[in-house]
Amino acid sequence: MATKVLIPTPLRQYTNKADVVELSGNTVGELLEDLTERFSPLKKHLFSEDGKLRSFVNVYLNDEDIRYLQKEATKVTEKDVVSIVPSIAGGS
Amino acid sequence: MSRNVNRDLIEDVTLSNEEIRRYSRHLIMPEVGMEGQKKLKGSSVLLVGAGGLGSPLAMYLAAAGVGRIGIVDFDVVDFSNLQRQIAYSTADIGKSKLDAARERIIGINPNVHVETYETQLTSENALNILKNYDVIIDGTDNFPTRYLVNDASVLLGKPNVYGSIFRFEGQASVFYAKEGPCYRCLYPEPPPPGLVPSCAEGGVLGVLPGIVGTIQATEAIKLIVGQGDPLIGRLLLFDALSMKFRELKLRKNPACPICGDKPTIHELIDYEAFCGITPQPTNGESLGQWEITPEELKQKLDHKEDVFILDVREPHEYEICNLEGYLIPLGELPNRMNELDSSKEIVAHCHTGVRSGRAVEFLREVGFRKIKNLVGGIEAWAVKIDKSVPRY
Repeated sequence: MATKVLIPTPLRQYTNKADVVELSGNTVGELLEDLTERFSPLKKHLFSEDGKLRSFVNVYLNDEDIRYLQKEATKVTEKDVVSIVPSIAGGS
Repeated sequence: MSRNVNRDLIEDVTLSNEEIRRYSRHLIMPEVGMEGQKKLKGSSVLLVGAGGLGSPLAMYLAAAGVGRIGIVDFDVVDFSNLQRQIAYSTADIGKSKLDAARERIIGINPNVHVETYETQLTSENALNILKNYDVIIDGTDNFPTRYLVNDASVLLGKPNVYGSIFRFEGQASVFYAKEGPCYRCLYPEPPPPGLVPSCAEGGVLGVLPGIVGTIQATEAIKLIVGQGDPLIGRLLLFDALSMKFRELKLRKNPACPICGDKPTIHELIDYEAFCGITPQPTNGESLGQWEITPEELKQKLDHKEDVFILDVREPHEYEICNLEGYLIPLGELPNRMNELDSSKEIVAHCHTGVRSGRAVEFLREVGFRKIKNLVGGIEAWAVKIDKSVPRY
């Protein structure tokens, strides 16, 4: 089962420039595990050393923040779209 | 309407015949009309940052007839600003951005009262500056100031119109803690310094701040006239390459330390420390053993010492200018480090020294011992050693 995960601009340098990656897993956590296995340099950008999702990286299932769902245990289907939205600060 | 930030201010406001003519395209729309236009004239907006986002913001808000515009910035206009900071022209190079922006605003609309603050926004001055404005607009370029603007806006109960850009991508929202989430609800903590590149490091499409800045201007005008649905509780994402807008739900975090149920932050804090930024060592004094200055490198090269120059920038940057170094972009370094000879003295460089600093850190971790980072990168080399190298 493949679910689309949207990769934001700052992280595309770690995914061979791909903006969408199709990944397999039943939960958001499994998808992210699959993602960081495929693109290992991404791991330190998404997870802290103790394996927690970093607090400046938000993950959405469709338009909902997974913090307000079941976090990484949030179930996904093929129809869902998962987005990674890191904080950016540029403005000048 | 609770959203109407400006409801008390229109009683004494009048529009001259010239103003009525100027704003006629607003006045003939019932959503603005005389009432909305008077609200705009009676309102005040503070722009924090007069750069890429601040430029279109200042120009459109002036054109729209906002009565009082405050601007906080302490920069001068530089050649590299002109690709996107449309408030400035080539003749403004070297001028203070505040002076140039004031001229531009008055040129567009002499009815606007412009107030300028030639300073960095700090925990000491932020509340005093922000308190005089109805709407705050965040057009800054760094995390510490973004958290500062957020916290000051929450403490003062003001709406904070947020916009942020990187390369081809932008974000916008309205943080208004009275009615919805704040920036800390979206991102409780900033990334560690160096992990997320800035526009100066990563680049930005020139028109992108135009798009995001005009979205911010639109939101500010809606808040002032009290019309439409503001971006409160919604995060708008824009990708210029795919030309797509997306919208995500943004919820108020009950555990938010500043706008949640039991706030723990009641005054402004040290935002540099919060963002993990430690004061830089003063020039030349405490250079680490893993660093080398352009002057030292020049000396080594002049003495024909065997130094291997490693360029960790991207190929398109190498094309702009280079030191004839060996190119391995930072992102490819983990997979290509076997191309390097760890017994040789290696000097790594990038554009300004940030990425090569990370490269040196990484190579040290895997066992390289004769590796140094060129302080200030090829930019410092161009300034101090070789003026024929173009700066970008």
